[in-house]
Amino acid sequence: MDASPLAPWEDPRAQPLIRFRNVTKSFGAFTAIDDLSLDIFEKEFFALLGPSGCGKTTMMRMLAGFEAPSSGVIELAGQDIAPVPPNQRAVNMMFQSYALFPHLSIWDNIAFGLKRDKMPKHDLNERVEAMLKLTRLEQFASRKPHQISGGQRQRVALARSLAKAPKLLLLDEPLGALDKKLRQDTQFELMDIQETTGTTFVIVTHDQEEAMTVASRVAVMDHGRIIQADTPDRIYETPNSVYVADFIGDVNIIQGKANSGEGEGYRIFWSEGQPPLQASSSTDLSTGQSCSLAIRPEKVAISAERPEEAANAVQGKVLDIAYLGNLSTYHVELPNGLVIKAQTANTRRISRRSFTWEDPVWLSWTATAGVLLAN
Amino acid sequence: MRRFFLIAIPYGWLLVLFLIPFVIVLKISLSDTELAIPPYTPTLDLSQGWSGIREFFAGLDLENFVWLTEDDLYWKAYLSSLWIATISTLLTLMIGYPMAYAMARSPEQWRTTLMMLVILPFWTSFLIRVYAWMGILSQEGFLNQFLLWIGVIDTPLTILNTNTAVYIGIVYTYLPFMILPIYAALDRLDGSLIEAAEDLGCSRLMAFWLVTLPLSRPGVIAGCFLVFIPALGEFVIPSLLGGSGTLMIGKVLWEEFFSNRDWPVASAVAVVLLLILVIPIVLFQRNQQKQQEAEQ
Repeated sequence: MDASPLAPWEDPRAQPLIRFRNVTKSFGAFTAIDDLSLDIFEKEFFALLGPSGCGKTTMMRMLAGFEAPSSGVIELAGQDIAPVPPNQRAVNMMFQSYALFPHLSIWDNIAFGLKRDKMPKHDLNERVEAMLKLTRLEQFASRKPHQISGGQRQRVALARSLAKAPKLLLLDEPLGALDKKLRQDTQFELMDIQETTGTTFVIVTHDQEEAMTVASRVAVMDHGRIIQADTPDRIYETPNSVYVADFIGDVNIIQGKANSGEGEGYRIFWSEGQPPLQASSSTDLSTGQSCSLAIRPEKVAISAERPEEAANAVQGKVLDIAYLGNLSTYHVELPNGLVIKAQTANTRRISRRSFTWEDPVWLSWTATAGVLLAN
Repeated sequence: MRRFFLIAIPYGWLLVLFLIPFVIVLKISLSDTELAIPPYTPTLDLSQGWSGIREFFAGLDLENFVWLTEDDLYWKAYLSSLWIATISTLLTLMIGYPMAYAMARSPEQWRTTLMMLVILPFWTSFLIRVYAWMGILSQEGFLNQFLLWIGVIDTPLTILNTNTAVYIGIVYTYLPFMILPIYAALDRLDGSLIEAAEDLGCSRLMAFWLVTLPLSRPGVIAGCFLVFIPALGEFVIPSLLGGSGTLMIGKVLWEEFFSNRDWPVASAVAVVLLLILVIPIVLFQRNQQKQQEAEQ
């Protein structure tokens, strides 16, 4: 694949803006970050995604300078940043709680960092006005933080952290306190601002949808390690482990034993008395190796009759139907007790729905629909 | 109806325990002294009907208040009290703020213990603690003996019965009233605000000056009033630890009541003291109210 400027991580010659080299951070006996190496490139919108306690916030705090790594090196633009205190780093952070100064007006909050740099008054005024304009806060400049709404506070926090034009902006669960609708709007706003300013963004989130929406690359973390760091589509389509497949979106996991069959595909024996499933895989599996087949619900078709062409077809009965408006998810119980989720778009009115509870149905998918993962 | 009773309880309390005693004191301050029981005149004689009431009001005058302005003892005592209260408040603040800050910064599991240590002296009688200071500060007291023993001084220091002892006593007694509100303000302070200030280019000291200090201001103001108001009318500390040169209005008040047995003048002193105290109390209330509004 050729290295385009949009994907610097595929270019072996590209210089990363941030480089974690074998970084470990422990608090007493607890290891928050475990021998982690990672490159983040300029102008990236990089998401650290994981459950709480996975070490994502610790990584961010090490970048900001509030924690020092126990071992290993963190480089920013080629420089080891360990000896640089937080107030001298070209890194700014947007805090989860926003951390707006309650005794200062919105204007003074945004100007706070610039004043510390002894910026000339004229330039300072101009910069603050530009930030207010960028975040559409002009008419709130003289208000105090407690006099504005949660969404506006979030924008003030963003404006304040962008005001000093940092090389790197850290966002710690920036949208956690907003309701769903506002969060979605703000996600696009964040992406726009990231593109306009050209700043490198590193966002910490536990919301996989948010990470997928905003980020150019997503790193899925667990127990202080990065399990997979890749573009959102590849994280979703080709997860490298059951953990990642399960963490991102909804997935059906079928356990079985692999058997390299005819051609390049594998046959997976998953249940006694059932024909093996067909699956292609890029990873090599030995015969008899235990494996998991991960299939997204939207890639499983549901029908009343056995489809003629399908590579894989299993019969079951409808256990539950989750109606989500635009989609319906059918929970289908297979003869061996396994429940498989199949999702269909509701292109027809609900009254014309073909299946209902307890109906016998056929589930089918192609050989390339799933991802075969070694256990 | 039930709401009326609920409101009636605090108002009844104020009426019986504040307003009625105040009216009695005010009445005595407008009376004349007399060698009798009670030692003032006129007294209300309701058996004579209307003329008794008229006579009673005719006997009241502002003579005692005029007297307060004529004898310079009183205004000097008021000024001296204000001065001592102000200096003690500043000293208490200087000692109390670092203590409150250290408490708020200490590990979570230590804070309750530290708080207990601050409150602990209240478990002993105030009077006994002041007497203990007499034992510490006197010529042959613990402090002098210790200083002589380690060889810092050759002759014992005279601390007891001076204004220094009064300052020590007031600062010691009222320190918890300064620490607790400041601690409460600092404890509420979100640690990420300090980190945000550092992140935006502040040094530690700058972050303290620009963020911590302004945000703890309501606690500082509350603490200052809680020390200043009682220190102004303080009587026990100056009379036990202070000397003959220590002039405080609380002491003057006590002497007028019990040495001179001049109840009307003593009452007039008390009324003026109350009027002086109303100003900081109103300011204190306003500060509390502003703080509550800011929190909403």
